[in-house]
Amino acid sequence: MADPQPLRVALAGNPNVGKTTLFNRLTGHHQRVANFPGVTVERVSGRLTCAPHIDIIDLPGTYSLTPRSVDERIAYDILTGHLERKPDLVVCVVDAGNLERNLYLVSQIIDLGLPVVVALNMVDAAARNGLEVDAVKLSDALGVPVVPIVATLGQGVEVLEVQMQQVPPLPDARQWELMDAVSKRVPELSAALAHEAPNLPEPQVFMEVLHALAEDMVLESWRTVAPAFAAKVQSARESFTKRNVAFRHAEVAGRYAWLGDIVRQVTTRNTGPSTISDRIDAVVTHRVAGPVLFLLLLLLIFQAIFSWATPAMDLVEAGVGWLSSAAQSVLPGHMLTDLLTDGVIAGVGNVVIFLPQILLLFFFLGLMEDTGYMARSAFIMDRIMKRVGLSGGSVLPLLSSFACAIPGIMAARTLDNERDRLITIMVAPLMSCSARLPVYALFIAAFIPQQQVLGLVGLQGLTMFSMYLMGIAMAFAAAAILKRYVIKGSQSYFVMELPPYRRPRLRQVAGRMVMRSGVFARRAGKIIFGLSIVLWFLASFPKVHPEGMAPEAAAAIERDALLQQADSLMRPHTDAAGGLMVGAEHLNLELARSLEAQAAEVYGTVLDSLRQAAQSYQIRNSLIGRFGHLLEPVMQPLGFDWKISAGLVTAFAAREVIISTMGIIYSVGDGEDSVALRDALKADRYPDGRPVFTPLVAMSLLVFFVFALQCMSTLAIACRETGTWRWPAVMWLYMTAIAYVASLMVYQGGRMLGLG
Amino acid sequence: MTLKDLRPGESGTVTGYRGHDAPVRLMEMGLIPGTEVTVVRLAPLGDPMDLKVRGYHLSIRKREAADICVVKA
Repeated sequence: MADPQPLRVALAGNPNVGKTTLFNRLTGHHQRVANFPGVTVERVSGRLTCAPHIDIIDLPGTYSLTPRSVDERIAYDILTGHLERKPDLVVCVVDAGNLERNLYLVSQIIDLGLPVVVALNMVDAAARNGLEVDAVKLSDALGVPVVPIVATLGQGVEVLEVQMQQVPPLPDARQWELMDAVSKRVPELSAALAHEAPNLPEPQVFMEVLHALAEDMVLESWRTVAPAFAAKVQSARESFTKRNVAFRHAEVAGRYAWLGDIVRQVTTRNTGPSTISDRIDAVVTHRVAGPVLFLLLLLLIFQAIFSWATPAMDLVEAGVGWLSSAAQSVLPGHMLTDLLTDGVIAGVGNVVIFLPQILLLFFFLGLMEDTGYMARSAFIMDRIMKRVGLSGGSVLPLLSSFACAIPGIMAARTLDNERDRLITIMVAPLMSCSARLPVYALFIAAFIPQQQVLGLVGLQGLTMFSMYLMGIAMAFAAAAILKRYVIKGSQSYFVMELPPYRRPRLRQVAGRMVMRSGVFARRAGKIIFGLSIVLWFLASFPKVHPEGMAPEAAAAIERDALLQQADSLMRPHTDAAGGLMVGAEHLNLELARSLEAQAAEVYGTVLDSLRQAAQSYQIRNSLIGRFGHLLEPVMQPLGFDWKISAGLVTAFAAREVIISTMGIIYSVGDGEDSVALRDALKADRYPDGRPVFTPLVAMSLLVFFVFALQCMSTLAIACRETGTWRWPAVMWLYMTAIAYVASLMVYQGGRMLGLG
Repeated sequence: MTLKDLRPGESGTVTGYRGHDAPVRLMEMGLIPGTEVTVVRLAPLGDPMDLKVRGYHLSIRKREAADICVVKA
């Protein structure tokens, strides 16, 4: 009989020890990811393939359990049963080539009073580097089972699976010695904590006492929950300081002393002078070659996103167009059909179309992570990032934000400094994400002339590139200002492992790419799906009927305008009719027929124009049109008319929606027929004959899109990650303000220079 | 002397930290008194440093390195 309660196994370990690879081996790539993509920042779980009653939870990779970063907090909370039922067994994945530091975390987990199995991974790579680890001796020394494995090849995984099904006895906790001076105070502090937090199990009390001694942040968090304990810790710290006791080192020094002995006993080392990884690093982090390689890689990624993705995007575009027309031909001509084709298919198509780019970006990011290059990029960039108030660790979140700010904001969890994390989150949405891309593409294609600059680069491409640069520059400026004036906190520091280079495994990179993109598409799709329907309603209601609205003055004026238009369009028709009479008079049949055809054509044009006029009248009087008109006075200084303003209102939910909105307003059906929309935008005129869109207006609009925070999902995720509405509110306000001022400067400045 | 003063290629042994507020993270990564450390190289812009500690590569900034006392080997 299967146990009704599945056995819960947590997979713990340092970053870069092959934890995810082992997880995939054990679960057969069938992982369930809660919520959002990122670098293992959410709870990932799956079932053991060979024994489905075993539930495996993949913990974020951490070096220690002292809850400093969000990742460490999550790992600690899961292991202590703070979030959900405590795991029944912890499998600690350990890099055989880097035993000492890896065992640090293992010793902490053993002390939590949980059954532990050590998976001694990458024994092959360690052996190649002249390092042999005696698993039996290690098992004896730690008091837990040790299984040597090579997760990438699947070696030893079966043994591990068998081991997981027979939970070993609890190991002896605290086999290491805490320095005397500190050790003497522990019973007193533990008693105080146990008194104020009676639900805390004994092993956890001990850990909490150590954490509170070592970390100010932990001590602060106890001040409200257990004030007497916090006061005792404070006074203990003071007395240690007076006697010059290095109490902050106490736990670390004790554990490493124990582990150092163990490692000396169980390993034999005949290491050569340098490993392959060291030789790669000599080039990749070289003074000159390093930065050059980094820039080349960035260029390659951008090139890939902008040109290699094009064929796939064209394919998607064609597919969506086909689907839309197929639906139209099969379904009856009804309002609901319109909703389906103009609203839903067009709207969702607008998201799917840039999926190829997102896939490519996630592929490259995955490759950088898997090979170990991501850490080198942080190493190379740290000096520059520090200048603007960030750290090398912010490189990954900011690069991810080029795909989408959401995984970028999530990836900031790996930063241990709270201030760095907050600043990174606050500026991440300034990186031009893929949702801006279709907007950039539409307006640049429509209004930036196709010229070569210096015979080398196209003006359109250059404009696109400068959009990205503007975003990056503003992100740096905003980070510097936020750090200097707004977000206070502890001095940032940079402590990062440079993991050995590894050959990336395409299956894993591709799997993660598909998973992350899938999560992104589902999330975006849901929002766009809902919004498209709302948008279609806003543009279609209230329904107006020009003939039936005579009593209203506005409608009357409108009708007059329509009549006038009709009249001017009819005039050539009358002329043609006159010509027809003349032709008939002269009995010139040939001429008569051609004139007749001409007349019919003109008549058709008149009907089309009337229909279009009626449609634009509908839009102007719909809810969305009224919004636009309401906003027009505020947006006029930026060069935007009511239609652009209406588009911007809808784009505040999600940027790419502006294209659907413009499509509906210009009644060219939908966004994916971008040529028709492009032409409609170019042809649009104010009543006095001036064009609505000039290159200057387009520039102003582009600049607005670079800076404005028009994405509800980003606000929602920022709220979740910062735990308050305050930061997303600040984020929205500062970005919108920058967008407005920058657009104002572009438009008014351009006019002063006589452009537009 | 401190870790910051070691040049690329030079090694030393950690003797302690200056001040009591040194980040615990550095110690958790294995930089505790008695540990042997080698400065492998500096980043292209001169900071941070690439160290070899306990058989792996660790990168820290010079500002933190200036708080770590070492004896040159």
